[in-house]
Amino acid sequence: MGINRRDFIKLAGLSALLGLGGKSAFELVLPGEVEAAEKAKPAAEGITRWAMVVDMRKMNDQIAAKCIEACHSIHNVPNYIDPPDPKLALPDPLKQRWQIKWIWTDLYEHAFPGMEQDVLWEKLHAMNFLLLCNHCNNPPCVRVCPTKATYQRPDGIVMMDMHRCIGCRFCMAGCPYGVRSFNWRDPRPYIAKINEDYPTREIGVVEKCLFCNERLAQGLQPACVEASGGALTFGNLADAKSKVREVLKEHFTIRRKPHLGTNPQVYYIV
Amino acid sequence: MLEKALVGTKRYYTLLGVLLALIGIGFATYLWQLKFGLGITGMSRDVSWGFYIAQLTYLVGVAASAVMVVLPYYLHNYKAFGRITVLGEFLAVAAVTMCLLFVIVDLGRPDRLFNIIKYPTPNSVLFWDMIVLNTYLFLNIVVGWMVLESERNDVAPPKWVKPLIYLSIPWAPSIHTVTAFLYAGLPGRGYWLTAIMAPRFLSSAFAAGPALLILLALLVRKYSKFDPGREQIQTLAKIVSYAILVNVFFFFCEVFTVFYSQIPEHMQHFKYLFAGLHGFGKLVPWMWFSMVGMITAAILMVFPKIRQNETTLALVCGLIVITTWIDKGLGLMTGGFVPNPLDRITEYWPTTPELLISIGVFAIGGLILTVLYKVAVSVKEEIKA
Ligand code: SF4
Ligand code: SF4
Ligand code: SF4
Repeated sequence: MGINRRDFIKLAGLSALLGLGGKSAFELVLPGEVEAAEKAKPAAEGITRWAMVVDMRKMNDQIAAKCIEACHSIHNVPNYIDPPDPKLALPDPLKQRWQIKWIWTDLYEHAFPGMEQDVLWEKLHAMNFLLLCNHCNNPPCVRVCPTKATYQRPDGIVMMDMHRCIGCRFCMAGCPYGVRSFNWRDPRPYIAKINEDYPTREIGVVEKCLFCNERLAQGLQPACVEASGGALTFGNLADAKSKVREVLKEHFTIRRKPHLGTNPQVYYIV
Repeated sequence: MLEKALVGTKRYYTLLGVLLALIGIGFATYLWQLKFGLGITGMSRDVSWGFYIAQLTYLVGVAASAVMVVLPYYLHNYKAFGRITVLGEFLAVAAVTMCLLFVIVDLGRPDRLFNIIKYPTPNSVLFWDMIVLNTYLFLNIVVGWMVLESERNDVAPPKWVKPLIYLSIPWAPSIHTVTAFLYAGLPGRGYWLTAIMAPRFLSSAFAAGPALLILLALLVRKYSKFDPGREQIQTLAKIVSYAILVNVFFFFCEVFTVFYSQIPEHMQHFKYLFAGLHGFGKLVPWMWFSMVGMITAAILMVFPKIRQNETTLALVCGLIVITTWIDKGLGLMTGGFVPNPLDRITEYWPTTPELLISIGVFAIGGLILTVLYKVAVSVKEEIKA
């Protein structure tokens, strides 16, 4: 369903109403939709706003594993749970404590807490949802960062400057989705094979999924999308003819904790 | 005046020696943390702030409570507190210094600390916290020192100090309010997402801080020739009584809203802290001790007899310091992070290195406090003589 298109219209309309300089091509303001003011920033024509749709009908554990592997291997994400060298194996509380993950899976009740019900659609029980940074349109992590090491690009990507990050971890407290990881120690020994084309991280900085900004710059799709065999769709929401927009218009989708006003840009078809 | 800190009794030197040793141990452990990373602490991906930030929070409260001696003296012209304002201000200096150090030891990249100033970000509460804490530190050092010095020379403090004193009065609650806003504005952290967080912080601070000051005043009287005064201690005791009662009341307000509304995101953290959740409940005995102790202390403080007897007063004040510390120093951080945003539980407990570093920071605060109190007390003894 075109949730985003609606927000888009609401906002454009609202900003026009308030004379905030939005493109007045969108005149339509429906009654009772003023609350949209705190949501999306108006996306004007010609602007890019990246979004992802996870189609859980096409997703399964094998595909999910492939997506995770694709992401973590090219982005030099260390593996503390199952280290490349058995000599580096860690005792139980440590490997969970230090864990770094950009993309992983979890069950419905953990991915969407508060949306459980007594009797649930049976298929949901076994479904492992693919989770990653939502690149929220109204990101609390950006709001709290004291150095702008976490910031929002005009195309919607919530970026990180790992050379500026002071490791205060305010963003980890601020993110309501638990998608951020911290380097509690030097990650390099735990990276199976270092990809020389991508930086490794140092001790004491935060990291997360960056929507493959480095691949987008080369005109490529994100690595997880490429590995997903069509279960993931990625594209420009601001472009009326984009694939994501089409998929969103055709299907009912859900998002994680939309009531918090963060306006997540990862959508799920169940 | 600083020369007063250099001469003292054997007991004074021993105390300094012990504190320096603790600082040394803490510093060595900190070097290890710098080298290995914050992985030597008990913090985790899920509980990403722990003991350090919790101590920061508690100590901001202690620092803010100096206003409870400054305000009656300067705004209500309550002369009796003139004797002890400097004790309050110097306690604030030691407490704020510890706060700043706790922020630094918590940073993953302390070498980039100045990025906060290099890239000022007014939408971040941490940015404001740094500003208000540093300003408060400055205000208290200057005011405490200048007033003490003029007292020693038997002259009125220079005129320019007055505005700083008046500024320090609203500044005190502001530091604790801003510290509460670090947490209270985060979506998706149900335990912290409450408008009463800043008021609760202030009430517990205005109970714990003056309670600590009473204990310090009793110590000063015992070990020096300067008597902070019975009336002063009794007035402080009244302040503690009101504050702890208000604090208990605020806690009930919180509990009512959370449990009558039955919204799971808010309830689950209280359940974890006070009853345990999904079989995890490391903090349950601590939290019950804290709350029952706090309520008991609040009731005891109401009785004039208990308040007026300095032995029972000291005991109750000790109980207040400990119970408010558990509430803020242990429960607040862990309670906010457990369960995590995915409704999963990772428990937290500080590790030995983490505690050694914290003790080191406390020892630095203790050293500053000891030296400053030594100076203040020597000056007061001199005046009396
Ligand atoms: S999911 Fe979390 S880290 Fe990602 S943009 Fe939203 S708040 Fe920030
Ligand atoms: S840890 Fe780094 S990115 Fe996160 S809030 Fe602090 S400075 Fe910003
Ligand atoms: S978009 Fe890129 S960085 Fe983000 S999870 Fe997918 S592969 Fe990883």
